Amino acid sequence: MLELRNVSFGVSEDSGQKEILKNISFQLEDNKFTVITGPNGGGKSTLAKVIAGIEKPTSGQIFWNGEDITEKSVTERARMGISYAFQQPVRFKGITVFDLIQLASGSKVTVEEACRYLSEVGLCAKDYVRREVNGSLSGGELKRIEIATVMARDAQMTLFDEPEAGIDLWSFQKLISVFEKMHDSGTHKSILIISHQERILNIADEIMMIADGQLTARGTKEEILPQILSKTGSCGCIYRTQD
Amino acid sequence: MNQITQQILEEVAQLHGIPEGAYNIRENGKSVGRSSTEEIQIETRADQKGIEVRIRPGTKNKSVHIPVVISQSGLEEVVYNDFYIGDDCDVTIIAGCGIHNAGNDASRHDGVHSFTIGKNAKVKYVEKHYGSGDGNGERIMNPETIVDMEENSYMEMDTVQIKGVDSTIRKTTAHLKDGARLVVMERLMTHGKQRAESYFDVYCDGEDSGANVISRSVAREDSYQKFCSKLIGNAACSGHTECDAIIMDNAKISAVPELEANHPDAALIHEAAIGKIAGEQIVKLMTLGLTEEEAEEKIVEGFLR
Repeated sequence: MLELRNVSFGVSEDSGQKEILKNISFQLEDNKFTVITGPNGGGKSTLAKVIAGIEKPTSGQIFWNGEDITEKSVTERARMGISYAFQQPVRFKGITVFDLIQLASGSKVTVEEACRYLSEVGLCAKDYVRREVNGSLSGGELKRIEIATVMARDAQMTLFDEPEAGIDLWSFQKLISVFEKMHDSGTHKSILIISHQERILNIADEIMMIADGQLTARGTKEEILPQILSKTGSCGCIYRTQD
Repeated sequence: MNQITQQILEEVAQLHGIPEGAYNIRENGKSVGRSSTEEIQIETRADQKGIEVRIRPGTKNKSVHIPVVISQSGLEEVVYNDFYIGDDCDVTIIAGCGIHNAGNDASRHDGVHSFTIGKNAKVKYVEKHYGSGDGNGERIMNPETIVDMEENSYMEMDTVQIKGVDSTIRKTTAHLKDGARLVVMERLMTHGKQRAESYFDVYCDGEDSGANVISRSVAREDSYQKFCSKLIGNAACSGHTECDAIIMDNAKISAVPELEANHPDAALIHEAAIGKIAGEQIVKLMTLGLTEEEAEEKIVEGFLR
């Protein structure tokens, strides 16, 4: 279980301190599919980075399975079972897709197993498994490789920062089924996704709305979705995808 | 063959024993094993300063191993090896030099290799440098490569120096005739107080000749690297040179790409980039459970692969 207690995060600017996260507290039960949504610039990605340990909160505490992990490094949190998929995946010269999947799984995987992860995100595995994760891959390809990598981690909780960004509509349906499968694959596996997509919100057990650095609403999709959709005209943060 | 020699042969030429086919093994200044085949003749040069390797025209899918081992501290030598590769050949030449210096005197091997590559011939040249031993004596290697490429020939040079060489100055000069192509991939890592300098002068003299000279290097601790790559376009040709370097600790790197077009249809490009490992690359690997140090090692290992 993940718990945030009064977490704030600020950065110094010329005009003074800017608060990006303001006193956020919540608990996330295991085996839940939670979607964080809200307007751009509201602090969603920062929140995911704070949970993964990439950013340190200015104040407040983070607990993981009852243990205070506020001072734990990215590595320690990863080893404790927190996985994080980047919004903009990183490129590496010389490191192949197979290398990354191998590193992610933490043990020796066969080429066949690596290919299975790639196939699940809609990539023709044999074309990609030996390719370098470098500038020759498009944004969409990198994004799918990123998702395959975190799937290989099989962590207790996985954070996805806007997984739909850069993915074409054809692959989008596949992506939804990937998330459903991750959700159903076993007990005590949690998924936390930052998304603006109505169809991702639709498969959520729970939705959290983050706006202006604060948790402004939380509930089941039946409770929250109508509220958000009624406001889309003004805030425009939800996108509908054609079937 | 003693254990040190065996270990060095494994490092520089991936040899676990006597190679198949043609070879010449040089140890501490003299040839300790040699074999010629019907297609590949290896002989001592008339001036006794090295060997001549003659590969018969049309020889396909054959290899030649010519490793050099120096395990005697203080040995310094200059060796001239000449390669004559006949027309229409397709061969691999595996050179490589390892110095084990357990003493206090400098050991040095300067290998001057000259290649004459026949028409339509294809050559892969692999050269690995390696140093070991805990003596205070320096391990020095100064390779010089001179390449003359006939029409429509192809040469791929793959050079690696990852560990243990204190000082190296590499000079490569190539002349390309019509349709000839040269591809160079240099991989280099320096650490401690090591110095490594590389100079390439590639003359695209013939129509439709082409060259691609790529260097990937990592400089750590207090080491120094210099990479000078000059492409000269004397005809309608294409040339590309790239230096991509990771700098760490207190190392220093100098990259000097130079293009000279002496023909209006010479298309020449250079790229050079020096920088630290990107922070986001380290963070990404940390999110997979690697420590910062493990992430750095992984990134360097991939970069130099």
